[in-house]
Amino acid sequence: MVDKTLELFECGHRACGGCGASSAVRMILKGAGEDTIVVSPTGCLEVFSTPYPETAWKVPWIHSLFENASAVASGIEASLKRQGRKEKVVVIGGDGATVDIGMLCLSGAFERNHDITYICYDNEAYMNTGIQRSGATPFDASTTTSPAGSCSMGNKHQKKDIPAILAAHGAPYVATATMAYPTDLMKKVETAVNTPGACYIQVHAPCCTGWGFDGSKTIEVGKLAVETGLWVNYEMIDGVVKKAKKVKRKPVEDYLSVQKRFRHLFKPQKNDEEIAKVQAIADRNAEKFGIDL
Amino acid sequence: MPLNIGCTARPGKSRDNRTGSWRVFYPVFVKDKCTGCGICTLICPEGCIEVKGEKEYVPDLNYCKGCGLCAEECPGDAIMMEKEEK
Repeated sequence: MVDKTLELFECGHRACGGCGASSAVRMILKGAGEDTIVVSPTGCLEVFSTPYPETAWKVPWIHSLFENASAVASGIEASLKRQGRKEKVVVIGGDGATVDIGMLCLSGAFERNHDITYICYDNEAYMNTGIQRSGATPFDASTTTSPAGSCSMGNKHQKKDIPAILAAHGAPYVATATMAYPTDLMKKVETAVNTPGACYIQVHAPCCTGWGFDGSKTIEVGKLAVETGLWVNYEMIDGVVKKAKKVKRKPVEDYLSVQKRFRHLFKPQKNDEEIAKVQAIADRNAEKFGIDL
Repeated sequence: MPLNIGCTARPGKSRDNRTGSWRVFYPVFVKDKCTGCGICTLICPEGCIEVKGEKEYVPDLNYCKGCGLCAEECPGDAIMMEKEEK
């Protein structure tokens, strides 16, 4: 059972007000429990939680480099196993460190099937360094390296499907969750840390600064992503999708119009052609995972 | 390689950094409307809402950044955001 009163992430960290990631991390630690060793690659989380000489963590925590969090976690897990210890090793990293820069080490750790849980808080760009696009940035989002303008409609690439890539490595448990549904997230983390082998969870974590919405709307935006079908909450056990969250789908406009990163789709005039392309992505998700009620 | 004291930090030492000074609005909890669901303390990005008893949730204003996420999500509308006067 998840202990909701367990507090392992202390106040005083420097995340923006309304940060989806810091809220997600609190829930993740509640799900993982006290006997956890956390590894973080470089990213917003690392920077806001541990400005020297302070730390918000109340569990052992290590940061080495941007690209090698999975390798560090693999080493810790191997050492604990040799010593006969039972602590859980959890990596909490951003989407840049997961889908782009740490991809090599991540693939290696999953190939060797270390008993670790890799959790990616997905805020869909490199927020820490100033909102550059990453492999997890959704189609048509405007970032500082994929700016929307007269010749561009923002990011022209599709979001990389990391859960499927890691499931193809033979991961026993792969799941997606969102910080907008705390109970679901905590339960999935608990399942992952208690599943032997390399497990992966991707957590949708809206970023008020990078996406351009008010800090009080973080959960609302997170829920809209699920309700429009642009984010699907599912569990994959031994590579087979089980339990995808079913929704009565809303049009994607509801999700896009509340964020400044999609502002160019509505101003100066509404771009129905581009919105239809985003809607097509949601429709594909709905068909693939069977989420329509 | 032995780790120097200087390389490590006491757990939770970020409490030294009082982020409450960032705040523009502060939350006011209305006990009469509270349903006691506890969603505010669960979702708070700071983790600064303490449970003092049944339907008694107290934000630590030394750390609350005033994002208003609790007020927005409260199912009983029991949290109001008031402008800070400095």
